[in-house]
Amino acid sequence: MSETMTEARDVELSGDPDGGEDAPIQLLPLDAWHRARGGRMVPFAGYEMPVQYDGIMAEHLWTREHAGLFDVSHMGQLLFTGAGVDQSLEAVLPGDIKGLGEGRMRYSLLLNDDGGIVDDLMVTRLPATGPFHDGEGEAPAIYMVVNGATKYDDIGYLLDVLPDAITMSLLDEQALLALQGPEAVTALARLVPGVDRLVFMTAGAFEWNGTPLWISRSGYTGEDGFEISIPGDVAAAFADALTEQPEVKPIGLGARDSLRLEAGLPLYGHDLDPDTTPVMADLGFALAKRRREAKDFVGAERIVSERENGPATKRVGLMVEGRQPVREGALVVGDDRVEIGRVTSGGFAPTIGAPIAMAYVPAALAVPGTVVTLAQRGKLHRATVAAMPFVPHRYVR
Amino acid sequence: MPRYFTEDHEWIDVDGDVGTVGISDYAQQQLGDIVFVDVPAAGRRFAKGDEAATVESVKAASDVYCPVAGTVVEGNAALEDEPALVNSDPEGEGWFFKLTLADTGDLEDLMDETAYEAFVAKL
Repeated sequence: MSETMTEARDVELSGDPDGGEDAPIQLLPLDAWHRARGGRMVPFAGYEMPVQYDGIMAEHLWTREHAGLFDVSHMGQLLFTGAGVDQSLEAVLPGDIKGLGEGRMRYSLLLNDDGGIVDDLMVTRLPATGPFHDGEGEAPAIYMVVNGATKYDDIGYLLDVLPDAITMSLLDEQALLALQGPEAVTALARLVPGVDRLVFMTAGAFEWNGTPLWISRSGYTGEDGFEISIPGDVAAAFADALTEQPEVKPIGLGARDSLRLEAGLPLYGHDLDPDTTPVMADLGFALAKRRREAKDFVGAERIVSERENGPATKRVGLMVEGRQPVREGALVVGDDRVEIGRVTSGGFAPTIGAPIAMAYVPAALAVPGTVVTLAQRGKLHRATVAAMPFVPHRYVR
Repeated sequence: MPRYFTEDHEWIDVDGDVGTVGISDYAQQQLGDIVFVDVPAAGRRFAKGDEAATVESVKAASDVYCPVAGTVVEGNAALEDEPALVNSDPEGEGWFFKLTLADTGDLEDLMDETAYEAFVAKL
């Protein structure tokens, strides 16, 4: 018995399993914590990370019903300060960063000259009072969370494009924990009173046992939940306090992937890459109207024209017939068995009890209800284009 | 009834010239939740080491190799509706297929239960 690869050629593995980097593997602040709880550690994005504890299926369903604690400390937490920091970031991000209020956050994209996606990220305007910066008042600050496998490339790219007046710091002493699920708010509010006042895509400064926390109401599962930035040396004690709550269990990367797939959320390095534009990826909501009209961000030329004229291919959801998962790298084929598209994520959806996938297909087929044929390891599968998310989002707005 | 194991974590029970093939308890633990099993149809002929079945967990697809040469007499139809049998009873109800051995000499290269346990302990 041995693990088999899907048939498609040159599958990109930039987010998985080892981040495509030559750097030595790093350890998370919670490395020993995961091992003590039976986490099965695998290399991912340059780190040893827990892929599962009790089993992916059980962890997935637990998160949908209760609350799951995810260690996402491999992700890059970046701090930008300096006069005009929002204006400067707008050169590379297509979103409305200037219009972002304190404690408000947005999903955005780092783009290249061709409008391709270099990374996807969350960007938040910090209050003048901090955290992470001295809070002298005059220095506006932006906090950004980028993907783990791409963080060093992002830093290099941003150093090139940002003016000298802007200071960028990698907050690599900070751990990042996500608490996700319908009972996340109950469990977290018990330890950190007041977090229930946050709504989806807002953030604020809190404290636990004298430790400063930066908490946002956001996540990557489609459920209500929080992401918590905490000093790495306190993370284990805080993770202990969270998992002592009856609602909370630690959840590995495996369930994180199946949860985000059901939520219709793309994964960088798989569903998004430098050859994919936000229009192809169906991420038009990340393109602010003012920015589209001004065409004043990197890659705007192509993106705006593609938005008006329609992309050649588009990211869609697929419900796969039968029980066999169709995974990343499988091909979407036409009647003559010729490749017309590509599956970029796929697997068994525990909440649905059936295989689902994301794929890029010709725009004409990107309509819910369209039946397409997939080819994987010499076998053909039928699938139907489906609206995403596959499982409804339950954000608290 | 003697049971043999491969280094790829298949097991085979042999009764006369008919063998029953599955994957070991260690293998199912490594794979995690099994969501799909593709077993070979009766009549399929395999050489020793051929890919004979596919087993898919939530995370990944894996090939199952035929531990000996032979001709399939039956695939385990129960796995179609209940692939999780491979998790709950990997070395019993979760068997994959039965085949007629072409050459019982193929068994000589395989490990017995004690040798396999020692092999797994070192992994």
